[in-house]
Amino acid sequence: MKHGRYPFIIGFLIVPVAIYATFVVYPYIQAFNLSFTNWRGFSPTFDYIGFDNFTKLFQDTTFWKAIQHHAVLLIAMPLLTIAIALFFAFLLNVGGGSKGGLMTGVRGSKFYRVIFFFPQLLALALVAVIFSRVYSPDESGLINGLLQQVGVNDPVLFLADKNLALWSIIAVLVWQAVGFYVVLFSAGMGSIPTEIYEAAALDGATRGTLFFKVTLPLLWNTLQVAWVYLGIAAFDAFALVNVMSVDRGGPDGATTVLGLEIFRNMQDYGQYGYASAMGVVLFFLTLTFAALTLRVTRRDTVEL
Amino acid sequence: MTDIFKPEVDRRTLLRRAAAVGLLATPAVSMLSACLGGGGDDEDTADKPAGEVSATNPLGVKEDAPLEIVIFNGGLGTKYATDVDIPSYNKLFPNSKVTFNQTEEISTVVQPRFTAGDPPDMINNSGSKLMDQGALVSAGQVQDLTDLFAAPSVDISGKTVKDTLIPGTVEQGTFNGKPYVLNYAFTVFGLWYSGKLFKDNGWTVPTTWADFTKLLDAMKAKGITPYGYAGANAPYYQYTAILTSAAKIGGPDVLKNIDNLEPGAWTSDAVKQAAAAWAEVGAKYSNKAFLGLKHTEVQLQQNQYKVGLYPSGSWLENEQAKDTPAGFDYQLMPIPSVTTADKLPVTALYAAAGEQYFVASKGKNPRGGMEFLRHMLSKAGAVGFTQLTKTLTVVAGATDGMEISAGLTSGNKALGAAGADTFSFRFDTWYKKLDDEVRAATNELMYQGGNADKFTQRIQKVADAVKADSSIEKFSR
Repeated sequence: MKHGRYPFIIGFLIVPVAIYATFVVYPYIQAFNLSFTNWRGFSPTFDYIGFDNFTKLFQDTTFWKAIQHHAVLLIAMPLLTIAIALFFAFLLNVGGGSKGGLMTGVRGSKFYRVIFFFPQLLALALVAVIFSRVYSPDESGLINGLLQQVGVNDPVLFLADKNLALWSIIAVLVWQAVGFYVVLFSAGMGSIPTEIYEAAALDGATRGTLFFKVTLPLLWNTLQVAWVYLGIAAFDAFALVNVMSVDRGGPDGATTVLGLEIFRNMQDYGQYGYASAMGVVLFFLTLTFAALTLRVTRRDTVEL
Repeated sequence: MTDIFKPEVDRRTLLRRAAAVGLLATPAVSMLSACLGGGGDDEDTADKPAGEVSATNPLGVKEDAPLEIVIFNGGLGTKYATDVDIPSYNKLFPNSKVTFNQTEEISTVVQPRFTAGDPPDMINNSGSKLMDQGALVSAGQVQDLTDLFAAPSVDISGKTVKDTLIPGTVEQGTFNGKPYVLNYAFTVFGLWYSGKLFKDNGWTVPTTWADFTKLLDAMKAKGITPYGYAGANAPYYQYTAILTSAAKIGGPDVLKNIDNLEPGAWTSDAVKQAAAAWAEVGAKYSNKAFLGLKHTEVQLQQNQYKVGLYPSGSWLENEQAKDTPAGFDYQLMPIPSVTTADKLPVTALYAAAGEQYFVASKGKNPRGGMEFLRHMLSKAGAVGFTQLTKTLTVVAGATDGMEISAGLTSGNKALGAAGADTFSFRFDTWYKKLDDEVRAATNELMYQGGNADKFTQRIQKVADAVKADSSIEKFSR
């Protein structure tokens, strides 16, 4: 039996591992390498300059601004998305109460489940363009057009107001993400044995108690995964900011993110070495975040 | 459906997956390195005539060598290249296959090819995603155009290419002493308005700032937004207006100092006065919602007679051709004098050769690329370009006496009135970083309650930082 096992495993792994190494691992190594150079991106030659890019980076106010925005994103986006998705998932799966011994969702839950997933099907660039129209500051904008109809003549400057711009973009991120997590949490809830709900219901538990005492603890693992995924998404946000924001990352840097600064430094300023240094920092930030989250949220899993 | 996502992942796999996702989540990093290709070797064989030099082939193009050109598809379109210049080139070199490509994002499409050592032969470096021309030049990727300017013109007999150009053209494309770039379109910059709107309301073109604000008041009374620019992607237009005013107040040296990163260039009185005057226009006569609009949206509003005056270059008329109602009658006015003691007269204009075209020195057919530029600079090429784009070229007087469009005629007239009092700046292409800062500062000044002192100081800070940054090449004029 043992004979021929390794060739078998290797045969399966060699292609995916080769692809992964070529297109993921190797570029990473290159980026690390480049972050110590002054490469300008216009010729194949460059010099090694040690940690200069990193010292410059830590004195760059725009960089810190971007980090601040990631901090806001990192807290707001997962919280809002998970809260909304949990609420919807609960309504769709358990919110209808017990029928013939089975927990059911609110009326029409099958239909809603499909609707909630729609935003997930749209390409991010499309979502960005659509919401640019929704937020447009003149009467052609969906929200401002409606506001004008009801007599509000001072338009809300969603993307042009420094204090509103980042939140307007976070709202879009949440809108886009909720559908996926509704499905994820639904799946998690579906795997919770109905007997537990029944028993709780027999003991006279309200819907609120059901949610906090039964659903939430048994969903902990799924929540953890969701948090990590969303946190990582919070380190990105490049596409939306690039397409939607005023003056790319503005007004006046109010919405810029690391991804955009990397792009700007490499495309506009031709500072590929410096941009790589930013990429390296982003890499470590993301990794640290994922590891930390898993540590902090460690909890004994409830065995079913 | 609910059975698909059973959460039976244990901690170990979860950690492993999280790490994998972490790797995937920073695509920008791998994007960067994807550009670092194999790279071409540094042969300097390119800059020699590859074919036989003759009277019809002064640059020595190899007769049957293919040629690849890339044209930016923006306000000027690409028809001039496909319908005028390529046929003209092929008339002389019928055996050369010309490959034509167009793009709205030059750097995205072309830059990876420079890194890979396989650039196209001639590139129109323009648009909001243009490549850093200074960096390209210092990387040795750009062909020296001295031979082109010394070659005889295609169809203006007895003159070299250089003799046929508006003075200053060659200098505009010179980097540290050598001509590398052809700035082909001649752009006049000012405030654009509808001749019809002015005629219907009996408004006249103001020359002093007091008359200017009076006109803006009159427009406001009519329910028109008197003045506006698009903050989302075109603050560049507005800062050109501010700097035009600064140059009128303090003379063209104000702009020269800015370009040369002189200490205190931005905090000079001229820039401060200009910024203060324009800040008032922004606060009183514009609509701060424009901060969230794109240039086409504001331009459309002007075409709908909802916006009175709009700062732009002479490409505007062509860009808006599809949306302009009949009888709109685009007209240009020079920016009114801010003070009565302005160093330059009110007729002075921001006017410059713009729209960069260059030849890749490490391409396959650099001589062909230069030859292509020679055809663009022929009289026929210039006339064709102006007819198709309503934009003048740097070929002096090529379209004199031709009636092409209202806006073009108006721009031409303003240029004539300006005489020698034209000026321009170049810091925006030399130092992209400074350009970005001026854009943000302009939006703050005009729409976010900024003031002149803040405007000049924040830009000066970045200008000083650029000057001190050894990783950025410096240029001067």
